[in-house]
Amino acid sequence: MLAKPSESCNTVEVYGNDIPGLLGEVEAAETALREAAARDTEAAHGEAAYFDAVIKADQKIEPRDWMPDSYRKTLIRQIAQHAHSEIIGMQPEGNWISRAPTLKRKAILLAKVQDEAGHGLYLYAAAETLGVSRDELVELLLAGRQKYSSIFNYPTLTWADVGAIGWLVDGAAIVNQVPLCRCSYGPYARAMIRICKEESFHQRQGFEILHTLSHGTEAQRAMAQGAVDRWWYPSLAMFGPPDADSTHSAQSMAWKIKRFSNDELRQRFVDMCVQQAGVLGLTLPDPDLRWNEERQAYDYTQPDYDELMRVIKGDGPCNRQRMAHRRRSHDEGAWVREAAAAYAKKRAADA
Amino acid sequence: MPDNDWPLWEVFVRPRRGLSHGHVGSLHAPDATMALRNARDLYTRRQEGVSIWVVPAAEITASSPDEKDAFFDPAADKVYRHPTFYDVPEGTQHL
Repeated sequence: MLAKPSESCNTVEVYGNDIPGLLGEVEAAETALREAAARDTEAAHGEAAYFDAVIKADQKIEPRDWMPDSYRKTLIRQIAQHAHSEIIGMQPEGNWISRAPTLKRKAILLAKVQDEAGHGLYLYAAAETLGVSRDELVELLLAGRQKYSSIFNYPTLTWADVGAIGWLVDGAAIVNQVPLCRCSYGPYARAMIRICKEESFHQRQGFEILHTLSHGTEAQRAMAQGAVDRWWYPSLAMFGPPDADSTHSAQSMAWKIKRFSNDELRQRFVDMCVQQAGVLGLTLPDPDLRWNEERQAYDYTQPDYDELMRVIKGDGPCNRQRMAHRRRSHDEGAWVREAAAAYAKKRAADA
Repeated sequence: MPDNDWPLWEVFVRPRRGLSHGHVGSLHAPDATMALRNARDLYTRRQEGVSIWVVPAAEITASSPDEKDAFFDPAADKVYRHPTFYDVPEGTQHL
């Protein structure tokens, strides 16, 4: 049985996590955006009061509006980290493009990795509206001064890992991202609406890979179970530290950048995965996972947050490899960027 | 830094024949041709459009949000621009 959504949650539709559910919630966010845009903003005197009135009315702050410096900084940090995650996130899956078991699966995986690149670009463009340049952000990533999601520092050991990433990692990302479609900063909210609409195929393709494997030979089933065993806890850790230790949350909630706490979203993710694991015929690797009638939610074992901190600080299984790869491809692409710029300059001079 | 030579372009997509081009986002590209190609790859991977415009962001002149009131308020007291302002005598047809 699926857990009942709590009263406070306005992403009810996410619960089934089927495509109509997810897209329904994204559509609802888009409709809310249009409705809020049609309303008048309360009269306010002064820039700060106007900013507060816009936030209060659930309307959007736009790039040229006045905003507190810390609002701008928080958004740049969050959107950049999100963009970097999309770009680094291409690596674990890219690892399997050349070894996908069929031509069809190879074409699908290529399209998915191309989507991740696209999502990174939407997000860099959204961050740029806040007055930071794309080059600065790339530099900060390469210098290790901005982070990306810790999940991409885990290796993809088998083909089943590509399925587990789609189901669990993209599933967790969707639970995180659907509320961001209602973020108070217009360009970020609009980018997230676009991303979430595209993301829905990612999770389905992962689920389908695992479903095929778990209904295949014994070895294939074992491979699928092994991947779920390895990705379950790192996926739970994607929601960040527990609420008590989360440093950025309260202010982000007040600004309506963030809508739900880390623990609320993690619970929502666990509740929706249990039923789906049943359909897959796979087991979630938590002996203490059980329905709590009183809470109307599943009790579960928390991920190892010390491990999360170690991975964030650079000591995960693949941190060095991911960064080395990104630096290498950035360096090796330099001649393409230079050639394109030189050609454009020559053409402009000829004109 | 060669990247600095790549200007920002704003992208407008016409979703279907009969609809107007709408702003969808922005991207960096060295020239207009590449901007158009990149826009195709970035914003129409799922057949979202039948036509694309790319415009150098630097070429766009925008009104300032600070001047919003002074700029747009003059239109607020001209209710007579709307047909509902006028009383139509009962029984009038085709007006």
